[in-house]
Amino acid sequence: MPIRFRLAAQAVAVVLAIVAIVLIPSVVELFAMMQLTLFAAMAVLALSLAFIWGYGGILSFGQTAFFGLGGYAYAIAAVNFQDSTPSILLAIVIPSLFAAILGYFIFFGRISDVYLGVITLTVTLILFNCVNSTSGDEYRIGKALLGGFNGMPAVPTFNVPFYPDQVLSPEQSWWTTGGALLGVFLLLRLVLWLPAGRIVVAVRENEVRASLLGYDPRKVKLLTFILSGAIAGLAGALYVNWGAFVGPTIFSLSLSAEIIIWITVGGLGTLLGPIVGCVLIEYIVAYIGSQQAFNSNLVLGTVLVVFVLLLPTGLVPTARDLLMRLVPAPKPNGQLADEQAPPSAAASHLAGAE
Amino acid sequence: MAIYLIVALDVLNGISSLFLLCLGLAIIFGMMKIINLAHGEFIMLGAYATVISANAGVNIWIAMLIVAPLFVGLVGLVIERCLIRFLYGRLVDSMLATWGLSLLIIGIITTIYGNTQQGVPTPLGGFSIGSYQSSYYTLFLAGMAIVMMALVYGVMSYTRFGLIARATMQNPAMAATLGVNPARVYMSTFAVGAAVTGLAGGLLAPVSGITPGMGGAYVAKAFMTVVGGGAAILSGTMSAASLFGAVNQIGAYFTTPVYGEVLVFTAAIVLIRLLPQGISGRFFKGNL
Repeated sequence: MPIRFRLAAQAVAVVLAIVAIVLIPSVVELFAMMQLTLFAAMAVLALSLAFIWGYGGILSFGQTAFFGLGGYAYAIAAVNFQDSTPSILLAIVIPSLFAAILGYFIFFGRISDVYLGVITLTVTLILFNCVNSTSGDEYRIGKALLGGFNGMPAVPTFNVPFYPDQVLSPEQSWWTTGGALLGVFLLLRLVLWLPAGRIVVAVRENEVRASLLGYDPRKVKLLTFILSGAIAGLAGALYVNWGAFVGPTIFSLSLSAEIIIWITVGGLGTLLGPIVGCVLIEYIVAYIGSQQAFNSNLVLGTVLVVFVLLLPTGLVPTARDLLMRLVPAPKPNGQLADEQAPPSAAASHLAGAE
Repeated sequence: MAIYLIVALDVLNGISSLFLLCLGLAIIFGMMKIINLAHGEFIMLGAYATVISANAGVNIWIAMLIVAPLFVGLVGLVIERCLIRFLYGRLVDSMLATWGLSLLIIGIITTIYGNTQQGVPTPLGGFSIGSYQSSYYTLFLAGMAIVMMALVYGVMSYTRFGLIARATMQNPAMAATLGVNPARVYMSTFAVGAAVTGLAGGLLAPVSGITPGMGGAYVAKAFMTVVGGGAAILSGTMSAASLFGAVNQIGAYFTTPVYGEVLVFTAAIVLIRLLPQGISGRFFKGNL
């Protein structure tokens, strides 16, 4: 496909997404809209891992560490300031600082593969244990009582920036969350389109070659990790805003596992896939929860095993390949094909917006 | 004086239970390079096998020492045939598939037995040191850790199976040219690892609450210990278990059990950072 056509298609997709986000409150009922708000917050979390795992090649098993830190940072700041504007900023800054420290330790120690997974997993467990044991009146930050395993109820939700009295209605919350999802998606697409994103992919493909070309893989990975932590933190703030509640289960391992399932199902190495996987799986889990017929772990486990064994590329890349087969390939007579179809996940960021 | 003895017993208990919990994982992960995130669920299955057979009238010792490892070993065999054998050499996929497997097992057990806590009474009774109480079961666990260590060492060093297994793990193609069937060796090694894990679950059943989700508490700790221990199955796992078990119990004694855990995790992270090859990669090179 000519690149001009591609850009036009992507622009149309973005406009359609904006229209959908704006119109949804007038189309669906309140309950469905609240559910969509939750899915959008979770999809932001999915994007944060999709970026470092799919493009950076770093499988962080404890992505909920940043998600939870963001959630708690938002909750504590919102209780203290009674204004969500600085709280959202803190929910992004604190997880990125934490990611910077942890990432420095990991990448400059040249820890990789399994060891990275084990470390991020244990960090998440440490945070869970710490927060879980903070019940009692002595554990308070400013006016905010941490509450241990009971969590923090009645967290102030988003308000109009700098107007603490004007709390957002559910519709406005949806617009904020959906808009944040679209914004993060476009930001990541921009990053991947810029040379910086190509360096990230280059490091994933071959660290030695990337460093021979003059890039420092440790630095590249660290910056990728920090960006991902910031996005996960934002997702945490959006999640807390949805429920007006935060508890230690925000750090749970099962949620960490779920993010990985979303990405495996949707498609690793794309940005659209994880969003599709997230909404699909979360919808299934919510549906099972309301039916009580099956255990949700049973279904999630089966889905993950089946996808790893039978459809390891995931839904979105498979659908893309099928679509590509339907569209007749351009004949190579005379003119050069200006862009080859991406052969692997390495180039799939060029084609990820369908 | 008595308090020191009690703390020493606690440390011994921490070390021996950690060693028992990790040995199966050391066989599966350390030897076969399969990341088994369903390790915690194997422990849980062993515990359930013990509790259910003991409550059905089987002698508690038979339930712990025979039913649990046999049952989990069989489950491991089936899992290897149906799932793991497609994943050799695919590190990340093995991680994802076994995570799915762990959710699946939790789901099945929850569906059958519900989410309630089960248990069996601790056998052997207790004794007192000064004004403190302890139980003989603690000493039994330490004895079992020593027995298991000797058993694995003996099998790996002195039997034909151990020799073939170690050779196959080092170079499957070479072993195959010498007439070994690598697929069968992988299968039996995985089953043995599962059985050892099931035994650990059975042994811990009387001293811990048993729920379908209990495995989650063990899997990170077990991985941390095996990774911290490094490539050598016995010396690595034993040294890491001693270090982390001691840190856990002493930390718990001086602060609270929660901060004891936090201290262990922190120690593990620092250890991996300082010794990326694990303890045995640095100090017990070439040992079993």
